[in-house]
Amino acid sequence: MAVENLQRTPLFDRHREGGAKLVPFAGWEMPVQYDGIIEEHTAVRTHAGVFDVSHMGEVEVEGPGALAFLQRVLSNDVAKIEIGGAQYSVLCNEEGGVLDDLFTYRLGGDRYLIVTNSANHESDLAWLGRWSREFDVVVRDVADRYAMLAVQGPHARRIVAPTLGVELPPRMHVAAVRIGERPALACGTGYTGEDGIELLIDPEIAPAIWVELLDAGVVPCGLGARDTLRLEVCFHLHGNDLTPDRNPIEAGLGWCCVEATGFVGSEAVARARAEGTAEKLAPFRIEGAGIPRQGNPILAEGEEIGVVTSGSYSPSLEIGIGMGYVRADLAAPGTGVEIDVRGKRRPARIASKPLYKKER
Amino acid sequence: MTLADASYPDELLYHPEHDWARVEGDEATFGITWYAQDSLGEVVFYDPPQVGATVSKDASYSEVESVKAVSDVIAPLSGEITAVNEALEDAPEKVNEDPYGEGWLVRVKLSDPAEAESLLAAADYRNLLSSAE
Repeated sequence: MAVENLQRTPLFDRHREGGAKLVPFAGWEMPVQYDGIIEEHTAVRTHAGVFDVSHMGEVEVEGPGALAFLQRVLSNDVAKIEIGGAQYSVLCNEEGGVLDDLFTYRLGGDRYLIVTNSANHESDLAWLGRWSREFDVVVRDVADRYAMLAVQGPHARRIVAPTLGVELPPRMHVAAVRIGERPALACGTGYTGEDGIELLIDPEIAPAIWVELLDAGVVPCGLGARDTLRLEVCFHLHGNDLTPDRNPIEAGLGWCCVEATGFVGSEAVARARAEGTAEKLAPFRIEGAGIPRQGNPILAEGEEIGVVTSGSYSPSLEIGIGMGYVRADLAAPGTGVEIDVRGKRRPARIASKPLYKKER
Repeated sequence: MTLADASYPDELLYHPEHDWARVEGDEATFGITWYAQDSLGEVVFYDPPQVGATVSKDASYSEVESVKAVSDVIAPLSGEITAVNEALEDAPEKVNEDPYGEGWLVRVKLSDPAEAESLLAAADYRNLLSSAE
């Protein structure tokens, strides 16, 4: 297979040696799976797995105007992030369409780090650069400075802390630490619905850290399991469930939008919130056989009422699950629908979030 | 899950779309090759055709799905379905574990057994795989 101009993470050789199946993803050559998506998925739900997410981008925002600038571009109330805190928000265009969804970490008084989706990194940078001109702030592309490892699962913290000799921050916080004598960031965030730590580390030491984590029993995982894990807990994937044509209200992300901050797109978001939207993103489960896939039509009483934006087999629930935009009056949990899976109508039911809940 | 090692038994005939046929007189059993199941990953769903349905050589007769992908299954030979592997409904992973045994997909009454002459022997199929890499 001719694969041209794909970027490789610092862990590429580890993936190849480890027998990972490598595929093109957003311009990168990334592991989609090691031994199997189901095994990796289960390891994260019950133990600990590690994902190479070094393809994700990082942007540093620094200066006296950093807070005012971020309030202008990010949907959430950035003033609420204390030093060492983390926050989820979306980046909207003037029409309220979602350009990206991202985590912001406050590293210091007027220093923030934003983690972008790799496919959007360049366009995010351009967007942030454009709006930054009105503020006393510097926006830096620091993607090359970091490799990113997401260690996720109920045992992730208790393995990472002693293995790497670091004190870990609580959930939704970030701590500056030293790993292998190099400065690093440990973040109490993730994309799996499990407790865990995301490490932003010097690319040079990433291969050694990867090996140390595997030696400590952490299971190497590919992006396939990352996708099934996030879909089970209804985390959005930009490009599928979020696009510049959809606003955060219809996507169910009104909780991370604080229109009073006057962010770009806030007028449109406020209008959508007040007036309601024609469609809403709804999670669903297939009842019986069939696996929904992105692009499958969603039907109610024979009429098309929406389309699947993310669909997969759920390793935890052992059924087909998905999310899709459907007519708002048919988006309530419990509503019976059908998914047209390549011509076969599969009965399904709109469900509440998350599709998978941890047993306690 | 215990996965089978790469193998391409000599007694089977192979279709270049990564399907195998075990021909016994004017009947045959079909399945997908080790390479096909390995490319697909863990099989989680098999949607069998109806018994009595007609299958045509080189045309899709059903689908196998893994967590991430859907793959058409191509008929290596033409005929009428006489049996489907119903055990796969509850245990589709047998396609990965034992692609030439318990992971068989359908049995077919062949309409033109002479078609088998166009299929590949195991050695030729192995060559096809290594030249594609």
